[in-house]
Amino acid sequence: MRFSHVNKSEKRVDIYEKVTGRAKYGADIRFPNMLYAKSLHTKYPYAEIKNIDTREAEQVSGVARIITAKDIPNNGFGQQKQIQILAEKNAYYFGDAIAMVAAENPKQANKALEKIKVEYEEKEGIYDPLIAKEKDSHLIYEDLENNEMSHHTLKKGDINKGFENSDVIIEREYTTPFIEQAYLEPEVVIAVPFYDNSTVTLFGSFQNPSETQHAVAEVLKEDLNKIRIVQNHIGGSFGGKEQIMYTLAARVAVLALDTERTVRLVNNRETSIIESHKRHPYSMKYKIGATKEGKINAIKYKAITESGPYGCHTSSVTLRSIIQGTGPYEIENVKGDTYGYYTNNIYTGAMRGYGSPQVIFAQESLMDELAEELEMDPFELRKKNIFHNNSVTASGQKLDNHEVSLEEVLTKAVEKSNFIEKYEEYSAVQEGDKKKGIGLSISFRGCSLGPGDIDTAGVILSLKKDGSVNLYSGLAENGQGLKTIYSQITAEKLGIDTNKVNFMPVDTLISPDSGPTVASRGTLLGGNAINNAADNLIEKIKVYVSDKYDQDKENIYIKDGSIYGKKDIEILPVNEMANKAINDGINLSTYGWYEIPEISWDEKTGQGRPFFTYVYGCQVAEVEVDTATGEIDVLNMTAAHDVGRAINPANVKGQIYGGVSMGLGYGIMEELETNKGYIENTNFDEYMIPTVKDMPDIEPIIVENPDPNGPFGAKSIGEPTLELGAAAIANAVANATKKRIRSLPLNLEKIILGKDLHKGVDHK
Amino acid sequence: MKKANINLIVNGKEYKITVEPDERLLDTLRDRLHLTGVKEGCSIGECGACTVILDGKAVNSCMVYSFQIDGSEVLTVEGLETNGKLDPLQEAFIDHQAVQCGFCTPGMLMSAKALLKENPYPERTEIKTAIEGNLCRCTGYQQIVEAIESVVKNKD
Ligand code: FES
Ligand code: FES
Repeated sequence: MRFSHVNKSEKRVDIYEKVTGRAKYGADIRFPNMLYAKSLHTKYPYAEIKNIDTREAEQVSGVARIITAKDIPNNGFGQQKQIQILAEKNAYYFGDAIAMVAAENPKQANKALEKIKVEYEEKEGIYDPLIAKEKDSHLIYEDLENNEMSHHTLKKGDINKGFENSDVIIEREYTTPFIEQAYLEPEVVIAVPFYDNSTVTLFGSFQNPSETQHAVAEVLKEDLNKIRIVQNHIGGSFGGKEQIMYTLAARVAVLALDTERTVRLVNNRETSIIESHKRHPYSMKYKIGATKEGKINAIKYKAITESGPYGCHTSSVTLRSIIQGTGPYEIENVKGDTYGYYTNNIYTGAMRGYGSPQVIFAQESLMDELAEELEMDPFELRKKNIFHNNSVTASGQKLDNHEVSLEEVLTKAVEKSNFIEKYEEYSAVQEGDKKKGIGLSISFRGCSLGPGDIDTAGVILSLKKDGSVNLYSGLAENGQGLKTIYSQITAEKLGIDTNKVNFMPVDTLISPDSGPTVASRGTLLGGNAINNAADNLIEKIKVYVSDKYDQDKENIYIKDGSIYGKKDIEILPVNEMANKAINDGINLSTYGWYEIPEISWDEKTGQGRPFFTYVYGCQVAEVEVDTATGEIDVLNMTAAHDVGRAINPANVKGQIYGGVSMGLGYGIMEELETNKGYIENTNFDEYMIPTVKDMPDIEPIIVENPDPNGPFGAKSIGEPTLELGAAAIANAVANATKKRIRSLPLNLEKIILGKDLHKGVDHK
Repeated sequence: MKKANINLIVNGKEYKITVEPDERLLDTLRDRLHLTGVKEGCSIGECGACTVILDGKAVNSCMVYSFQIDGSEVLTVEGLETNGKLDPLQEAFIDHQAVQCGFCTPGMLMSAKALLKENPYPERTEIKTAIEGNLCRCTGYQQIVEAIESVVKNKD
């Protein structure tokens, strides 16, 4: 197929504003007569709040209003109604806020915070899910039977038989840490009361405008259509600016309504890290059995994680883990369990990957460990067991509606990186302190939300008199390039130039509610909705032109900004047509909607068709480890990803580079450290993310097998890029050092001593 | 300490400003001069989002007190364009898609600009050193480095 706009590395539509500093992010938006808000956080991770005295604080000059839990109309939201806007009886984690101040300037607000007197009774918290799960553990919520937040299970075949028939069985345990999303822009909310017809209008760094609207309406007990969220530029999110943004938006909205003034909250980095939800830390146990020829017969796995006190994403995150927990391998006998428990640590939520990076680290390390046991090349072992067309997954889904390209991505990455030769070379004994290694990992990933969620999206296209199109989408730009991708798809469908498409700021009073911009679903869902809206618009144009110019509808088409008819003769340019049509009273606005194909899930057995399509990826890492110092130098990484169709190849590469860097951070440096609920590293001097110097050369390989269910065949790329890196690096480090590290991040002490001094845990 | 009167040349324009004793250059630029292209990501000199060029050198404007730089010259991302024409670095960032969320972009551009002013033909490793203090969570830096390199190559 030849395209005019898609499948091309067109310029990002929002890039001019961004390179000139003109792009207005939340903190850059100003209103007259604003108040400045600050939150007071609990002193202890878990404590009863006996009394809050704000009298002295209210006397601080410039203070307009101080709110506490009693001022919040409805102080609990979220799936379990547990997330407190402001802590009421108890503070459950270190980021719980107790009060919020609005003052004429930030200094006054800070001063007032110091004057608020809170009486606490510190309580004994639970800071380890392995303790939370014990029968005699005390309860975080006394009205619940135990601390279990979620449990998913999966059963396929006969697990005992599977092990009985195996020649080799190994059992291993793996752990991963809390991870901070580390978007560069800390959270921002600006609440404007009684603006136009809305009770409150909120601007800020919202990943999910519609979900923010729902939460604020719920908290304020206000009609949904009285809450307006407007979003345009946001400085990254990666799953992070979800629940915390709902909480902050609600808090600031209450202040704005109480004072009838615009209120602005800009978090600093420390506050951002302390209060926002993190990637789930996992403890995992795996048992695998295979024949001596390398056919995997059985896998049993169990993953335990924690939700913190607030159950927001844990159930869905651990659901993805159960579905993808045995990787892209055809295995007849599987038994899996994933659990989430309440604790008093920081709460956990969405972060790019969503329950996959953890299990991939475990299961792909395990594959290499099995290969070693079988004295087999890890590439060979994988090839013997991977999915192909019509393979059946652990959840019993036959992969029969798209190209299962695992072998293709694996082979391409292996060839490009020269894996086989290097693996052999590095497996031999290496002289000196510096040792090289190479490792790989592969994955399959279900696209979009999966079981239990409504999965639909809508767009509005509105053709203007000048031939430009306004595009209203409920899914939002988070930095990933959604505006550009949507503009290209619209342009391709309508036969106009990409720069004629105007992606409107997401505005919840106009843009169709399309669910959250998560789960790498933006291109897939929104792209299909655009297809639908564009088809409807083209139909309107055809009807109008055929009528007006006496043409057969079937002959009419649009190309390069003009409308053509019989014998490919140009009738008139799109802008002239639009002008005429609108002057003739024709409606040139259309709606598009997309609902995913049917999926199914049986929660009792973990069987069904949990996703309507999947993507496949393979990453290879080559490392050099200094065994004297423990330093790991990642020399290069190769990343092959099947995206269905690359709507914008440069953008896909950008996603790959960015995902690989996050995967590298996960592999060798990142860890949010907690100590009895306190957070130890609250800024970038202590929470390390990769700098340019940490990054190796990355070789991206874009594989395209157009998916029948994707717009122009496109699927997903955001999350697949991040989930593989840590596992590939762990395998490379093991190849180099002949020592297996089973906990992330792979740090210095672990490599030199085989144990982590910092934590005193020996995972060997 | 009390307020101070200072003179600054920012993006070629002269300003006489009265600043607070604890006012950071970042605040002066963002809050007084409304140059919001300068971003704040960490406030402790670790992320580079607030990078500007101060008397020819790239600095983290969150780590500089305004009263200390009386008489200085400051260049921010808003001052990169000349006569409505983008700086070659800005063009290169566009062509190489070196931008995702864009929050690090102004700081990256200013670090790169300072480098090229001092060293018009940097090696790849010198480019990396110049932007080492600029964190980017989105791009993995590859397209940024490529963009800067392309400007160097185009000089020939
Ligand atoms: S805000 Fe100045 S270095 Fe981060
Ligand atoms: S583009 Fe988002 S931080 Fe660099």
